[in-house]
Amino acid sequence: MAEVDEASKPLLRDLKAVGKKFGHVMYPKKSTTLLRDWDLWGPLLLCVTLALMLQGGSADSKEDGGPQFAEVFVIIWFGSVIITLNSKLLGGTISFFQSLCVLGYCILPLTVAMIVCRLVLLGGTGTASFIVRFIVVVASFGWSTFASTAFLADSQPPNRKALVVYPVFLFYFVISWMIVTFSPSHSDGTTDTGP
Amino acid sequence: MAAVDGLQFQEFDDAENLLGANRDATTISIGDPNEKPTNQRRSLGNSPREEDDDLLGNADSDKTELLAGQRKSAAFWTFEYYQKFFDVDTYQVLDRIKGSVLPLPGKNFVRLYIRSNPDLYGPFWICATLVFAIAISGNISNFLVHLGQPQYHYMPEFRKVTIAATAIYSYAWLVPLALWGFLMWRNSKVMNIVSYSFLEIVCVYGYSLFIYIPAAILWIIPIEWVRWITILVAMCLSGSVLVITFWPAVRDDNRRIAIATISAIIILHALLAVGCKAYFFDAPQIEVPGVSGSIASGNRTVTAVKTH
Repeated sequence: MAEVDEASKPLLRDLKAVGKKFGHVMYPKKSTTLLRDWDLWGPLLLCVTLALMLQGGSADSKEDGGPQFAEVFVIIWFGSVIITLNSKLLGGTISFFQSLCVLGYCILPLTVAMIVCRLVLLGGTGTASFIVRFIVVVASFGWSTFASTAFLADSQPPNRKALVVYPVFLFYFVISWMIVTFSPSHSDGTTDTGP
Repeated sequence: MAAVDGLQFQEFDDAENLLGANRDATTISIGDPNEKPTNQRRSLGNSPREEDDDLLGNADSDKTELLAGQRKSAAFWTFEYYQKFFDVDTYQVLDRIKGSVLPLPGKNFVRLYIRSNPDLYGPFWICATLVFAIAISGNISNFLVHLGQPQYHYMPEFRKVTIAATAIYSYAWLVPLALWGFLMWRNSKVMNIVSYSFLEIVCVYGYSLFIYIPAAILWIIPIEWVRWITILVAMCLSGSVLVITFWPAVRDDNRRIAIATISAIIILHALLAVGCKAYFFDAPQIEVPGVSGSIASGNRTVTAVKTH
């Protein structure tokens, strides 16, 4: 038992660090914790969760027009890398991994929105459910963009803040679009026209 | 201006006083650029004074050519080499976007807005936005068109994003490459006054795609004539910016080659617009009723047999 305790101490410490950063994202105020102690475990966890939930319960996944697991993964990581490169090329002082860390952690509100959307979809797929999902996703999109801007803003040269913020906006917009248009398994459509 | 009086030596006023008398005069100043205030309007990206410059900006391009030569010293595998293509401020990008949708006859986009500082920020992010705008608008438009039909099940059609990305980025890079190669080749045969670097051509093409972003959003409206009018307006605006930009580069050439080049530019621009509209906004109307219609009629005949 002593060895298990010893081995689990660093794990608990890392989990606590990740949890603390989640807290910082949910209540964003200008703090340097996210930047100083960057790690990529949190973003990885969020990315995998989001990609898994976007898979849905569709039986015929080949005809599903939705994104595959690998596509979501690639979009999130590739998009984060491109945005980081963009901000560095424009003269930002943030380091590569710090920026990846911030962008990854700020996906948290959208992951929460995805969970809420899945729960709402269990209740039905009508117009009311769509409106609820839409509002939830819009709110979390605003939250994500605002949170990441709050963390990234200071490291950018003053004349170019809008140039750096716009790709972040586009990135979270695309992820929000994937969440809003998520539709559950397709077996519902054909059984509705049954006798 | 001081009057000439025979062969007497005339004291000419300082540049500031002369300029104070006639603010619109073109001045060429030789000397330390940081000393005189008149030189501030020559510095890169000082937009309010841009309208004062002449068409080709010759007085300006000498100095910026020298400065650009100093900047080119970084090797292409270092980060700094690419950083100089992102040396733009927010208002510069906005100015360039505005210039791409408002063609002013006689104002050359490259000379007026780019001024030897081509950037890759604009073309890259405008293309990225256009890719997502077309994919998302196409998706919404298909959804709206099929709203009442029970057979149609909404699909996000995520594959189309990759196709849109390939098409648009190819257009934004390969067409400028071909055009640049063609202009270089003609340049070796006919001496042209105006020649553009490869990045300047990429820049013009990238910014000229901006008009298609609001056009793609307007294409959500499922009325055919609205879509065609939108395409025509968008093409006229950005096409004329392209024509005004490239006409000075080919006008010294053989008449027929000049006309052929300009026509090719316009036709490719039109093809992109019409192709995107046809692929993303029209095609599923033909496919879905055919496929799911036959399935639905199959179901109905089966149920009809069962009830009998």
